[in-house]
Amino acid sequence: MSKLIDLRMGLFLAALFIVTVLVPIASTLDEGSAVAIPSYLIPLMGKYLCYAILAVALDLCWGYAGILSLGHGAFFALGGYAIGMHLMREIGARGVYANPDLPDFMVFLGWDELPWFWYGFDWFPFAAVMALLVPGALAFVFGWFAFRSRVSGVYLSIITQALTFALLLAFFRNEMGFGGNNGLTDFRDVLGFSLSAPSTRIALFVLTALALAACLVIAKAITVSKAGKVLVAVRDAESRTRFMGYRVENYSVFVFTVSAMMAGLAGALYVPQVGIINPGEFAPANSIEIVVWVALGGRGTLVGAAIGALVVVAVESWLTANFPDLWLFALGALFIVVVLWMPNGILGLVEKLRFRRAKAPAKTEAPA
Amino acid sequence: MSAQLFLDGVHRSFDGFKAINNLTLSVDKGDLRAVIGPNGAGKTTMMDIITGKTRPDGGEVLWNMSTDLTRLDEAAVANLGIGRKFQKPTVFETHSVEDNIRLALKAPRGVFATLFHRSDKAEEARVTALLDQIRLTHLRTEDAANLSHGQKQWLEIGMLLAQEPDLLLVDEPAAGMTDAETMETAELLKSIAGQRTVIVVEHDMDFVRALDCRVTVLHQGSVLAEGSLDHVSARDDVIEVYLGR
Repeated sequence: MSKLIDLRMGLFLAALFIVTVLVPIASTLDEGSAVAIPSYLIPLMGKYLCYAILAVALDLCWGYAGILSLGHGAFFALGGYAIGMHLMREIGARGVYANPDLPDFMVFLGWDELPWFWYGFDWFPFAAVMALLVPGALAFVFGWFAFRSRVSGVYLSIITQALTFALLLAFFRNEMGFGGNNGLTDFRDVLGFSLSAPSTRIALFVLTALALAACLVIAKAITVSKAGKVLVAVRDAESRTRFMGYRVENYSVFVFTVSAMMAGLAGALYVPQVGIINPGEFAPANSIEIVVWVALGGRGTLVGAAIGALVVVAVESWLTANFPDLWLFALGALFIVVVLWMPNGILGLVEKLRFRRAKAPAKTEAPA
Repeated sequence: MSAQLFLDGVHRSFDGFKAINNLTLSVDKGDLRAVIGPNGAGKTTMMDIITGKTRPDGGEVLWNMSTDLTRLDEAAVANLGIGRKFQKPTVFETHSVEDNIRLALKAPRGVFATLFHRSDKAEEARVTALLDQIRLTHLRTEDAANLSHGQKQWLEIGMLLAQEPDLLLVDEPAAGMTDAETMETAELLKSIAGQRTVIVVEHDMDFVRALDCRVTVLHQGSVLAEGSLDHVSARDDVIEVYLGR
């Protein structure tokens, strides 16, 4: 049986560890120092790591089980909303309207009491559990119906896209009670720590890095288990797997749910670092971009997915800052390049080159 | 003697075409049975109905004279002890040969059972023995995608054996095999019969002859003749619909 931590996983985790240790140190240095990292950059890097978690989540269900979800942004956003609701409650009476019982947007809408689905979110552990449970439950119910009816392939992709679009429209409505168009924002602190304090930012960054490492290890553990082999079997020859006595729908629901919960976790870590969650996160384009990250990094490699996300969002940040009009063209070009010349993504390319170099000397010796 | 598998008046039509038409067939435990018939005779549809892939429009398929297979899905039928080999060899291409066998081994099929599964010595010994039997030991860690057509056929037969089914449904096992491999396959199936029931669908007459067993001739979705190969191939109606063409 394959090992839990192979070479590429080991290298990535080591690199992640070094960054996680160095970034907090560099951020405490004098601003004049060449390697100092300004405090405002830390949440940005934390955000990138959240995207990496999201990419790992999608790779688990797309790369290994062949479930191409075009709606993973929805699970991410739901996790984000769950934590966002808690952060709203933590504002308390410090809002613009200084209402101790209601968030500002509810006062603005003229509501006089908290809707029932906001109950419990005052308590952080409840919100934290909900950030995993709500995306998980949605994925479970959705998957249960879809996979039992044997919806798969393109049809599944389309309905997951419809799912996130439907949620986008729903969350835009003020009547939903999630802040409508503006979403949830103006957060002050989390668990009593100010969100703008450098120490809180560092803590959230480190937490996100740990979450990424944990998700990678969990996803890897699933894929190297016998269940993971069944998932690949489903991906490659679904009916063969059925005739062997495996309930394909149960495996699909399982991996889809785990993946959605990981996406929810990514969203939950994202919101305190960017300071806002709004319905825009449900936009279908966001979900499609996740697919691009995974494809670019290397589908079915987990580590590759994380690298893909980091590379694309880093390029995106740089391009949108310097050549704002070019980004979408660059994204499209990137996708075309991957599809045409890098079927196994960045990781596939790196390993191919390494393999070729390792093999080359042997070849030259052969004729002699 | 009661039949292990009993198809009773099974019907199935596709867009008005009667693929299976009042098919009645009975196979006893431990039998080796060859099913032959021209293209479109309903051989594969019959397998689909037995294994739960296709629901018949009418009729019953009884397992051990008690369970009606037509109410079950593929996984449930497989877990009753009915294994199937496809016409086109279907193995898990990105898995190694040994992993293909491992996945097929008789074991709990639930998600959590496999998630926390640990392989032990008995399992490894079983994998080794099966690989030996299908002569793929030297290719143990090779990806199944790299096997030749004939090797894939053997691997799929190995996977079928790993499931330890009571009934094996084997669809054209000799397709794409060399003559020597074909004869070896026939010997293998003959050695399995007795302890397990084997139903073979086949076109290759030399192969059917080598099986040396009772033959059922299907035509237009129902049984045209049944008996030894010599008996059925001597009948005029069989010659007309099948052998004569």
